Amino acid sequence: MKNPHKFHGGVHPPEHKTESSRLPITVAPLPPRLIVPLRQHTGNPAKPVVNVGDHVLKGQMIGAADGYISAAVHAPTSGTVSAIEPHAVPHPSGLPDLCITIEADGEDRWTERKPLDYQTADPDAVRALLRDAGIVGLGGAAFPAYVKLNPGRQKIKTLVVNGAECEPWITSDDLLMRERAAEIVAGIKIMAHLMQPEEVLIGIEDNKPEAIAAMQSACQGTGFEVVTAPVLYPSGGEKQLIKLLTGKEVPSGQRPINIGVTCSNTGTAYTVHRAVNHGEAVISRIVTITGNVARPQNFEALIGTPLDELAQLAGGARPDTSHYIMGGPMMGFDLNNLGAPLTKAINCVIAASPALFPPKPAAMPCIRCTQCAQACPCNLQPQELFWFSQSRNFDKARAYNLFDCIECGCCDYVCPSHIPLVSYYRFAKCEIVAQDREKIAAEQSRQRFEFKQMREEREKAEKAARMAEKAAAAKAAAAENPDDPVAAAKKAAIQAAVERTKAKKAEAAALTPSPQPPPTRGEGANEKGACFDLPSPQPSPAGGEGAKNTEPS
Amino acid sequence: MSSPHVLTPGSSVSTIMLLVLAALLPAIAVYYFFFGPGILISLALASVTALVAEAAMLQLRNYPVKHFLADGSAVLTGWLLALSIPPLAPWWLVVVGTAFAIVVAKHLYGGLGNNLFNPAMVGFAVLMISFPATMTQWPAPLLLSQHPVGFSEALQYYFSGTLQGVKLDAVTMATPLDALKTQLSLQHTVGEVKSMPIFGNFGGKGTEAIAAMYLLGGLFLLQRRIITWHTPVSFLVTLALIAALFNGIDPNRYASPMFHLFTGGAMLGAFFIATDYVTSPTTPLGKLVFGASVGFLVYVIRVFGGYPDGIAFAVLIMNAAVPLIDAYTQPRVYGHDSGMKP
Repeated sequence: MKNPHKFHGGVHPPEHKTESSRLPITVAPLPPRLIVPLRQHTGNPAKPVVNVGDHVLKGQMIGAADGYISAAVHAPTSGTVSAIEPHAVPHPSGLPDLCITIEADGEDRWTERKPLDYQTADPDAVRALLRDAGIVGLGGAAFPAYVKLNPGRQKIKTLVVNGAECEPWITSDDLLMRERAAEIVAGIKIMAHLMQPEEVLIGIEDNKPEAIAAMQSACQGTGFEVVTAPVLYPSGGEKQLIKLLTGKEVPSGQRPINIGVTCSNTGTAYTVHRAVNHGEAVISRIVTITGNVARPQNFEALIGTPLDELAQLAGGARPDTSHYIMGGPMMGFDLNNLGAPLTKAINCVIAASPALFPPKPAAMPCIRCTQCAQACPCNLQPQELFWFSQSRNFDKARAYNLFDCIECGCCDYVCPSHIPLVSYYRFAKCEIVAQDREKIAAEQSRQRFEFKQMREEREKAEKAARMAEKAAAAKAAAAENPDDPVAAAKKAAIQAAVERTKAKKAEAAALTPSPQPPPTRGEGANEKGACFDLPSPQPSPAGGEGAKNTEPS
Repeated sequence: MSSPHVLTPGSSVSTIMLLVLAALLPAIAVYYFFFGPGILISLALASVTALVAEAAMLQLRNYPVKHFLADGSAVLTGWLLALSIPPLAPWWLVVVGTAFAIVVAKHLYGGLGNNLFNPAMVGFAVLMISFPATMTQWPAPLLLSQHPVGFSEALQYYFSGTLQGVKLDAVTMATPLDALKTQLSLQHTVGEVKSMPIFGNFGGKGTEAIAAMYLLGGLFLLQRRIITWHTPVSFLVTLALIAALFNGIDPNRYASPMFHLFTGGAMLGAFFIATDYVTSPTTPLGKLVFGASVGFLVYVIRVFGGYPDGIAFAVLIMNAAVPLIDAYTQPRVYGHDSGMKP
């Protein structure tokens, strides 16, 4: 089926797909050492559940999901844990992160694999299996799949399967669909079982005829529909693909599930199938090694395989290689070397040379040509966002919907002035988020301070009220029994005590020129409580009952 | 370097400017054919003045001179001005206009990308107000002239202010718009006026062919996606509609839509001047509003105003409204119900 819908803008950079799509997927040989990062997904890093020196089996969990948004990681082969320490990881920051290093024993022995009959099992049990098998979105964001595959009470209209692969150079999904369409469809069946959608649409760009044919024949009799879309970056962006296939737009600030749509990558569907029907955790993935290497191709490689070994398998990087791009050229990031291991999120490594990726010319001023606005798939006005970001007019940038920007890079790609627009937007977003955080912190301390003042006044008033009450009671008693000797004696005693105190106070005042009352005990605790549990209406100073409840005991 | 790592091959500010200059070449060729070599001298003077003024201002503002001079924007400004003023005039006319456009209208407003008003049109307005007599001395088409001016004569006139053997009056003639205005005020009908020899099929003899070439150049820019259709279409359609309305009411007093489209600076204005990136709106709806407003003002100035043509003033008036138009015409962003309210 051809898609009837369109999204605004888009660009068509040179595809460079054929370089790596000519050869079939090659299974990369077992490397002697695997480095498995504990943070390979969106959310909390996995918690290590093995110790240095432990022997682990292939597919055995070595890091457990920590919290709701998290995913487990597994031993890619059998061997011995030799280190649990920070190691270089493929991340734009270039900072090392906690990894588990496994020395392979060469036996590649599996742990016990427990497939699950998903059709009879409780959906929550299936989701738990997906979490423990470390299934994350393999399209790039690596969001834990079990979270996404939970419709809650929402009725799901459409399950969108993303096989668009719109970024240039990358062919890992293409090859996976060509060679393993039936297994992808088996995975989609499981997803559809969990989500119960009315329709399943598989979106593929029309530059992958073999993948389209393979998926179409695998979908026969399933009711799933393969929808082809013309090549137009970023048709594989979640929001753009949903618009393309369903005509619906994900409302700003919301998620697809809010409009009854879920979007998943074909690679994710494949791993779902392996996990549920074969009991295999995510320990490998298809990765494109391309660009300035001798034999660009796709590998099925174990997670944790050092990337330089993969580059060697692709014939090695040519001498004029300047750096490497993780992911595609539109949204990927730079790494200077390949010391980092393969992770679940990496679908492509491009060896870059000045010939393939010429350095950007110096930027010129914005001439308001609006080529960026015409290319923006979100229909933003990038030239305005640039103007506001550059002049640090962040309120305006936000008002012009800066946070709807998906950083796809279309505006940069078409800009005749070669302005690094996306970098400006990232900068502005970071600044705005930081400012918001500061604002919240300032507001909290203001509230704390005001609450403290209010509490001190209330305590003073309460004390005064208590004193007045006592005095009144005493007066009343005195009035009732004016000649009561006991009362008279008491009164005299109180009078004497008051005199003594006054004298002492005067003495103390003479000794210390500026008497400051010592801080009352428990004040810190009160302040902390005020931060979280502030009484909303201002209680009257005398009647502190309501306010009292809010204070921690 | 952060993403993206690729750029559109061959895209740059200078490429755009060169394409716009190239789109003007057919019109310049026809101009030369009908009106002689004066236009070439004018264009050359404008180019040199523009480059010198641009280089001086860049130097003064501590900008990398070579990098910016190569963008071609200054030459384009010079050409647009030269094509808007009489092509047989003293040298200082085009020099003063171009220098003012570059120095004041462009650089004093912040240089490339920052000027509020179209520099070429500011230059034109300054000349029109300062030297009204010189600005209305247009040479007659060579076909109608008893004394066709050759290259050396034109050059001589540019630099000495005299022509050999003849007075300037012998080679100049009222432009079609001028003639129409004057003759209508003398109670002639449009039909009578248009039977004068300076009129061609739709507009003026010669000038209508130049206008057709501007249209051709504009279509080339559209095809190369240098400009969008919004501004020229709304400009020309509005101008034609109003002209049709008045023409329908009283064809003896108001010229036909075709006349208005193919005389004066309508085509040049629609495709090359109102579409100037820096000084026109950026939103599609804004471009429509802008183009339609300029078209409307052009008709008002031509027919009811004091000047024969109104492109420059219409564009300059609307330039001032561009920030406002942009703010009120923001398109609907993906995932939003409606456009942003300012």
